Amino acid sequence: MRQDHLITATQLSRDDIEAVLDRARAVADDPAAYAGRHAGSVLALCFFEPSTRTRMSFDSAAKRLGMETIDMGDVDSSSVSKGESLSDTVRVVEGYADALVLRHPSEGAATLAAERVDVPVVNAGDGAGQHPSQTLLDLHTIREDHGLDDLTVGIMGDLKYGRTVHSLAAALTNFDVNQHFISPESLRLPRSVRFDLHETGAQVREHTDLEAVLGDLDVLYVTRIQKERFPDENEYHRVAGEYQIDADTLAAASDDLTVMHPLPRVDEIAPDVDETDHARYFEQAHNGIPVRMALLDTLLENAEAAEGLEVDR
Amino acid sequence: MSEHELRVSKIRDGTVIDHVESGQALNVLAILGIDGSEGLAVSVGMNVPSDRLGRKDIVKVEGRELSQSEVDVLSLIAPEATINIVREFEVVEKNRVTRPDGVSGVLSCPNRNCITNDDEPVETRFDVVADGVRCDYCSTILRDDIADHIDV
Repeated sequence: MRQDHLITATQLSRDDIEAVLDRARAVADDPAAYAGRHAGSVLALCFFEPSTRTRMSFDSAAKRLGMETIDMGDVDSSSVSKGESLSDTVRVVEGYADALVLRHPSEGAATLAAERVDVPVVNAGDGAGQHPSQTLLDLHTIREDHGLDDLTVGIMGDLKYGRTVHSLAAALTNFDVNQHFISPESLRLPRSVRFDLHETGAQVREHTDLEAVLGDLDVLYVTRIQKERFPDENEYHRVAGEYQIDADTLAAASDDLTVMHPLPRVDEIAPDVDETDHARYFEQAHNGIPVRMALLDTLLENAEAAEGLEVDR
Repeated sequence: MSEHELRVSKIRDGTVIDHVESGQALNVLAILGIDGSEGLAVSVGMNVPSDRLGRKDIVKVEGRELSQSEVDVLSLIAPEATINIVREFEVVEKNRVTRPDGVSGVLSCPNRNCITNDDEPVETRFDVVADGVRCDYCSTILRDDIADHIDV
């Protein structure tokens, strides 16, 4: 991967993805070989929105590479609450760190940040935009089970606002994958994502009912439908109920179906699915460590190469 | 159109933007950043008869020759426009507008949750795509109502 930043999954080629995932596999196979590899480097965690697992996952990945991490803390207690712009914040933090992980409630925030600083920026979620590092760990999980070609993938839930969905759909266009999107009418993929899928000539179909495609799927990627997306609570309960799965639902699925979820889940996957061979969401979350280690390693290596420093491992 | 039908007089030196879609003349001036404060003589014709368009708007700017890059952005709201450069009452150059690859600082993003609508020191930037424009920051695509988002 010759990228300086990771902002959107649409920027990733098949080679980019495979290079990071190969490295993630190497990290998982021999973590000791990567321990301390970036000792002396500092990763800044700038989360303008609450996050538990993404923040902890980057923190852990960085520390396993020997990096120190600095954390902006909660927005309420930072200079952001005094009205500082994102542009100023990242310019300041750039002086403290060798790379920057950013989560922000506004779409396009990571693009703006990357324009303002010279250190690598990783988009850890920008509003309803993109979440490409999640996609890399999603792809790693799929690859471990099925490989990444000749696949049928179903993505279900909130496709309109789900940033993990937008990134995953874009990244899958690099592979031989049939994509099925299952959602209520009001939460279909946004125009911009459909435009990109159409441009790549991807095999894409949209459904309102999981039953129509469940039997064909190798992977079912479930996302949470949030209450605040609906004008009233009754409507939410009526709609969301149609996009929940349990062990009985999966009786109609292929034995090899992999069920994934970016987590946190609420009630869209019943706990009885955890006990089936389909469930892969906890491994998926754990895969965040080797994948984010591989990603940070790659971006720091690219940054050093760009500065003309010798990279000698 | 014969001489006695002319609603505004010919200009001596400057630019005539002709065949502007009806109703877009003021948006054309907005995009060009012309609001009268620069002291240029500006004439605007609205809903004048046109063989080609039925009705059209026309904008005449005296004393300023607009460059191709300045007028290309007009293609987004006035794709049929023709640009006439006038010197000593004669049209010395006549060009159509062509679609640019992108536009900066002209449109506001319709996505209220786009970072360009936060209080950031940033100029909007849009790529011109097949049948509209697309925000470089949040990827939102704007198609039919581009003129509603002119912000200059």
